[in-house]
Amino acid sequence: MTTQSNQLASFDQRDKEWYIDKAIQIIVFMSGISAILFVVGIFAFVTMEGFGFLLKDFSISEFLLSPWWEPTDEDEPTYGILALVAGTASVTGLAMLVAVPFSLGAAIYIGEFASGKKREYLKILIELLAAIPSVVWGFIGLTIMNPLIIAVFDVPVGLNVLNAGIILGLMAAPIMTSIAEDALKAVPDRYREAAEALGATRWQVIYKTVLPAAKNGLLGAVLLGVGRGFGETMAVLMATGHAINIPGSVFDPVRALTATIAAELGETAVGSTHYEALFTIGIFLFLITFIINLTADLIVRGIRKQ
Amino acid sequence: MITSNKNFAIETKNLNLWYGTFQALFDVNLQIKEGQITSLIGPSGCGKSTLLRSINRINERLGYVRIDGDIEVFNKNVYDADVALVQLRKQVGMVFQRPNPLPGSIRENVLYGHKLHKPGKITRHQQDEIVEKALSQVLLWDKVKDHLNRPASGLSLEEQQKLCIARLLPVQPKILLMDEPCSALDPAGTAAVEELIWELRGEYTILIVTHNMAQARRASEECIFMLMGEVVEHSLTSELFVTPQSTKTADYIEGRYG
Repeated sequence: MTTQSNQLASFDQRDKEWYIDKAIQIIVFMSGISAILFVVGIFAFVTMEGFGFLLKDFSISEFLLSPWWEPTDEDEPTYGILALVAGTASVTGLAMLVAVPFSLGAAIYIGEFASGKKREYLKILIELLAAIPSVVWGFIGLTIMNPLIIAVFDVPVGLNVLNAGIILGLMAAPIMTSIAEDALKAVPDRYREAAEALGATRWQVIYKTVLPAAKNGLLGAVLLGVGRGFGETMAVLMATGHAINIPGSVFDPVRALTATIAAELGETAVGSTHYEALFTIGIFLFLITFIINLTADLIVRGIRKQ
Repeated sequence: MITSNKNFAIETKNLNLWYGTFQALFDVNLQIKEGQITSLIGPSGCGKSTLLRSINRINERLGYVRIDGDIEVFNKNVYDADVALVQLRKQVGMVFQRPNPLPGSIRENVLYGHKLHKPGKITRHQQDEIVEKALSQVLLWDKVKDHLNRPASGLSLEEQQKLCIARLLPVQPKILLMDEPCSALDPAGTAAVEELIWELRGEYTILIVTHNMAQARRASEECIFMLMGEVVEHSLTSELFVTPQSTKTADYIEGRYG
């Protein structure tokens, strides 16, 4: 009897295991929220650096609507990002025209047609493609695409919207393929089986049943590609020609928002208006990519729930 | 088909089937009569679903299935090189264990097969007729006629399963294969779907896999008992359950295993 009552009392004693368990819980919790803290911290830092400009010299109509980005003009510096937005948007738009057919086609092939080993190898290959550093893509833009565009289209310069759009499209395609393939895989197999048993051919199964069922995930993949396009810096810096310009055709050189920050930040005095204006571009980019990624995420989450 | 003197809808001849190296069917010889309901019973893993799924060749989706022997549907071997799967599946409809309505509305589900097999424009009115006829045949019309454009996934499981039967009908199949069509349903749903299957007798040749012996007894005219990939017994349902020829059958229907 006495031993039994001793045993009963023993579970209010905290032993070593209990403390280890608690400590690990805390560490895991910290790791979990650190990502959020870092993002909030970075946003706060960028906002603070750009804040001076937002308070003093900032004019929202000039910033968004003026095509003149002339921060170093001695008499009257102007800070208009319209041409930069046009540059980023045109390159991203063209990139999507390149990437969507490629990545959708690749995802359909990998997800619906390839089987076994072939499928696994292709998936690994796609992941490898996604890991190519953007400066390498920029290098390809400079040394291969540039002379190629000059030769094929007979234009004076090959660093332009077309060059950057193709490079960025090829860059974004692997990650889009990967996400699109996930979306196709999320379509329950019983849909395919049902359609096949009704006498649908393989292609009919895909375009009448699988693609409509996966459309949210596919849209999410495209939006992530757009987010990638807006945020990409090095490759577009190297391939666009880096000239401030609202493009009239794909053969016009442009300059991207990101590339402007990358190229100019090192040459401005910390705390100067120019420096702060660059950070304001940073805030702008942050907000846009945040909205795009959030939308993509919500759409992708939406299909998971269904 | 009618001219053929032996009116069998499905006939298998020395059918052997392997999944990879595992043999799932051994020398299956069966003759399924046209216009009847035949049930396939046996413990799980006995090959009854495999047999069913090789008749419309849906088994081939798995990719590692090998078959030896013949399966004749209306005297034509479905494994002949010149068989078009699309045509085969038009003739041989299938109902699955879990109701699998396609994404989309009730109406789209009913018209899906029809659109595949009869391409070309038909009027809205003709579509309405097809939808009404098919849904009436499965005793679902009165329940859903006011919300045909709602997603099919919103229906109860019983209604979904009826819809899955309904969407086969517009393409006018001759044979319906049913793979445990009631196993996901509650008793009331089971009774309703069984009643429906019984209604369809005569017009269609129905081959139904079931693990529910009472169901086989209630809802079929002939019954096949399978064990370990072999057909043990095939006779009238009324005979098989009363005077089984094989002791294995007797043991199974008395619940000694399975």
